[in-house]
Amino acid sequence: MNLSLMSLEIAVFLLGIVVLMADLWLPAERKRMLGYAAAAALVMLFLNSFTSHCSCALLDESAFGGMFVQDALAVFFKRFFLLAAAMVLVLAVEFSDRIAAGVSEYYSLIIFALSGMLFAASSNDFTMLFVSIELITITFYVLTSFTRGKVAALEAGVKYLILGALSSAFMVYGIALVWGTTGKFNFTELATVSANFTTNKLFLFGVLFILVGLGFKIAAFPFQMWTPDVYQGAPTPTTAFLAVGSKAAGFALLLRFLFTAIPSVTAHWDKLLIIISAITILYGNLCALPQRNLKRLLGYSSIAHAGYLLLGVAALTSAGQTAVLYYLSGYLFTTLAAFAVIAIVLRHLDSEDISGLAGLHQRSPLLAATLTLAMVSLAGIPPLAGFFGKFLLLKAVVERGAANPGYYCLAFTALVGVVISLYYYFGVIKAIYFGKGANDALPIPMSLPMRAVVCLCIAGMFWLGLAPNCLLKLAEQAVGVLK
Amino acid sequence: MTTLTLIFALPLLAAIALAFVPRNFAVIMRAVAVGVTFVTMLLGILMFWQFNGATADASGYKFVSTIPGLGAESLGIACKLGVDGLNVGLVLMGAIVAFAAACCSFEIKTREKEFYILLLVMTGGILGAFMSLDLFFFYFFHEMALVPTFIMIGVWGRGERKNFATFQITLYLSIGALLALVGLIALYLQLPVDARTFDIPTLTKYFSEHTMAHSAQMFIFPLLLLGFGILVSLWPFHSWAALGYGSAPSATAMLHAGVLKKFGLYGLIRIAIPFAPEVARMHMQFLAWLALGNVLYVGWVAMKQKNLNMLIGNSSVAHMGMIFLGIASLNLIGVTGAVVIMIAHGFLAALTFGLSGYIYNQTGTLEMSELGGLAKKLRFIGVALVMAAMAGCGLPGFLNFVGEATVFFGAWAQPSLRAVTVLAVWGALIIGAVYMLRAVRAALHGPMSDKWANLSDANLWRKLPYAVLIASLLVFGFFPKLLTEKIKPVTEQIVNMATVKTTTPATPTAVVMVEGK
Repeated sequence: MNLSLMSLEIAVFLLGIVVLMADLWLPAERKRMLGYAAAAALVMLFLNSFTSHCSCALLDESAFGGMFVQDALAVFFKRFFLLAAAMVLVLAVEFSDRIAAGVSEYYSLIIFALSGMLFAASSNDFTMLFVSIELITITFYVLTSFTRGKVAALEAGVKYLILGALSSAFMVYGIALVWGTTGKFNFTELATVSANFTTNKLFLFGVLFILVGLGFKIAAFPFQMWTPDVYQGAPTPTTAFLAVGSKAAGFALLLRFLFTAIPSVTAHWDKLLIIISAITILYGNLCALPQRNLKRLLGYSSIAHAGYLLLGVAALTSAGQTAVLYYLSGYLFTTLAAFAVIAIVLRHLDSEDISGLAGLHQRSPLLAATLTLAMVSLAGIPPLAGFFGKFLLLKAVVERGAANPGYYCLAFTALVGVVISLYYYFGVIKAIYFGKGANDALPIPMSLPMRAVVCLCIAGMFWLGLAPNCLLKLAEQAVGVLK
Repeated sequence: MTTLTLIFALPLLAAIALAFVPRNFAVIMRAVAVGVTFVTMLLGILMFWQFNGATADASGYKFVSTIPGLGAESLGIACKLGVDGLNVGLVLMGAIVAFAAACCSFEIKTREKEFYILLLVMTGGILGAFMSLDLFFFYFFHEMALVPTFIMIGVWGRGERKNFATFQITLYLSIGALLALVGLIALYLQLPVDARTFDIPTLTKYFSEHTMAHSAQMFIFPLLLLGFGILVSLWPFHSWAALGYGSAPSATAMLHAGVLKKFGLYGLIRIAIPFAPEVARMHMQFLAWLALGNVLYVGWVAMKQKNLNMLIGNSSVAHMGMIFLGIASLNLIGVTGAVVIMIAHGFLAALTFGLSGYIYNQTGTLEMSELGGLAKKLRFIGVALVMAAMAGCGLPGFLNFVGEATVFFGAWAQPSLRAVTVLAVWGALIIGAVYMLRAVRAALHGPMSDKWANLSDANLWRKLPYAVLIASLLVFGFFPKLLTEKIKPVTEQIVNMATVKTTTPATPTAVVMVEGK
């Protein structure tokens, strides 16, 4: 038992408790500020993770009999989640005037979801995987319907709950089947025996069911049904955290499960992954075309991006895994930038219709530029983060084309997806600068922390697009632990 | 910082600076754009002047510099810039056209801030793409210049079919660029794992020593040909061009038709043909027939046009056929001629689109049935348009003549292309003359409608961009050696890579090509 290895998770969890407790004593008008304090604490933890004091410096150790591992991959994702949660908290403070009651609970639930993600990054065992996924998902059920006065939010919550519970059931069933055939819970132990079971139907069904559960988290086809409704109905900070944190947690688990627990099975499943990835890309992009609601549009685009990320998984190479990590990092800045703008600009509108962006470039040039850059980066245009990420993914897939021509088809599907996506991303830009019928021309007030978040996102997009060296090294190091 | 880095960085830095200028100061935006492109042009001329005296690195590139911080070591990506004889002329042409385009942007009266930022980003991207010695940044900068094109057409474009034109050009060019990207990545993956790099000099060296596997060439070359071909409006993928240019604001059409479009041709000459020579040779006959499609079919379409801008757009597509024919000849004379036409056509396309933009700005229409007799009022513009038309027909004295004549000599030396050459000469000289002279007659001569009585000719400032472009065409037209002497050593090397060195016994065509040289 090595508790010090989990000091980061424990610290985050305690932070959640402290926020809850502080709520009891703080006067009502100070409660909003609690979010800033929590965000500051997370930023401290993030910065601390680069020093030698943190548990992140203890690489390649494990605790709880191998259930919890601390390796480069885990550390990469933990930093990712800490940064994401800190920015989402600032967003939540901005949003808090629209939450009727329980602002502090909202903050603390975000922090609890974060602790679930941190555990997910380190889980090396089916128990840990399931517990961390449930910790994330159950907090998200509440976060999704937090604005309980709105029917859309309740609908989103119920939808997420039912489909989430269903996918959890599949996953438990899958875990049971895998355990029943192999008798192993631990990924490392499973890896030693999984090669003997590559023809065992029960085992393969078990693996497939586990993938159903993970597919739900990352919103891959055919488990994407919940995405648009939940993205649209949930409070914007929740949507942002769902899009960034929850998806990344799904990918962290997917990578670890596919490439450390069952590499011998994964090696035969390239066709399945290619097909899922291709359909996800096409589905997300085609469905996004007619959308007028910005959050719903981003919901479909997030499905498409799950498809792009699956390109890297389907490539089955370390180049592909590196690309996934890199792309996720770019996606973090890009998506948070987009949702930050939505949270600020569309606050007085009932629906997040794209036409609400009209005149934004006069009301707030900074926000207009931010959303434009976010759309350009999502579309994958240089010199922003999205381009380099897509380039890495495409390279990883084309690299495998010589071995299996299916990869060429996959690469071309991805290109078709990119071309389709130009249409709706440019539609948003067009609405910002050339939309007609702006009914209010007041400048948009923005708090200083929010301004910092927005600037950080812009800097992040340019940094990852122009100087990829530093993060690429980290990502390459991180995927070193995968096979 | 070398001159070269400055040429590329100045417009981009100016674009960033403009983002912080309040939008009410449209005059400042315009002054900055014109001023910066003017400095860029002067630097371009300086660089061209110093080119012969500059010291070359081991691979023959001059003014080589690497911008630190950009790129990724582990993938072999570095932002390396440099010029040799092949791209020095293109960079100069790009810088001159960019200045002319900035001058011609006076027609933009709305949202000047966004327009000038996009124009400067486009300029920086174009120049960066042509001087990049790294395959990744070669593509990166092109894409960076391409996207502003779409936005500019969509927002500041003219005509009823603006939206459709934007949609079409975005679709075509994005697909073309992405196909080329896959081809470039596949090219990179042909190197052994530990030697992979996007560095063009290293790649050139590698592929001149090792022949790429035939199966890989069979995959990569068609991909690059198709991708680059779409970008250059190779027949039958040309339909985006005329309408796109017809709907674009003048500055965008000038920069895209004049400079950015040459990216695909440059890519074919610099990368596709020398790196995948065996399959390239197999495709040259095919390419020549497609080029004939450009010259004859699109030329014929141009004759039928009733709108001046559509005519110019189609004629610009038709001229691409001549360049493709020069490339298809795969010999020293033909490829050198192709590069010369690339430069000549850059000046010419910018000139014609700039002039039609001026006329549109004055009259509000470009339908040739409504125009007529404009030479009475627009003396300078009229004379400039006649000169442009003459250059387009290939009149000696203009650089276009040098290029076209060279290409025809080159293509004739290739026995398998003789039939195509004869038809292309016919198309270029007859069809070209027909539509160019018709345009001149319809727009400038004949009776003038009363409604054009108060048109005003260009003043000194407005004359400047046209004068610069015509001067460039004439200077290089009278002294083509300035260009050809720089281009020849590089094309010689490329033609050698594409023809002489083979693993299989020399094919009959290859032998003839050596003789043709």
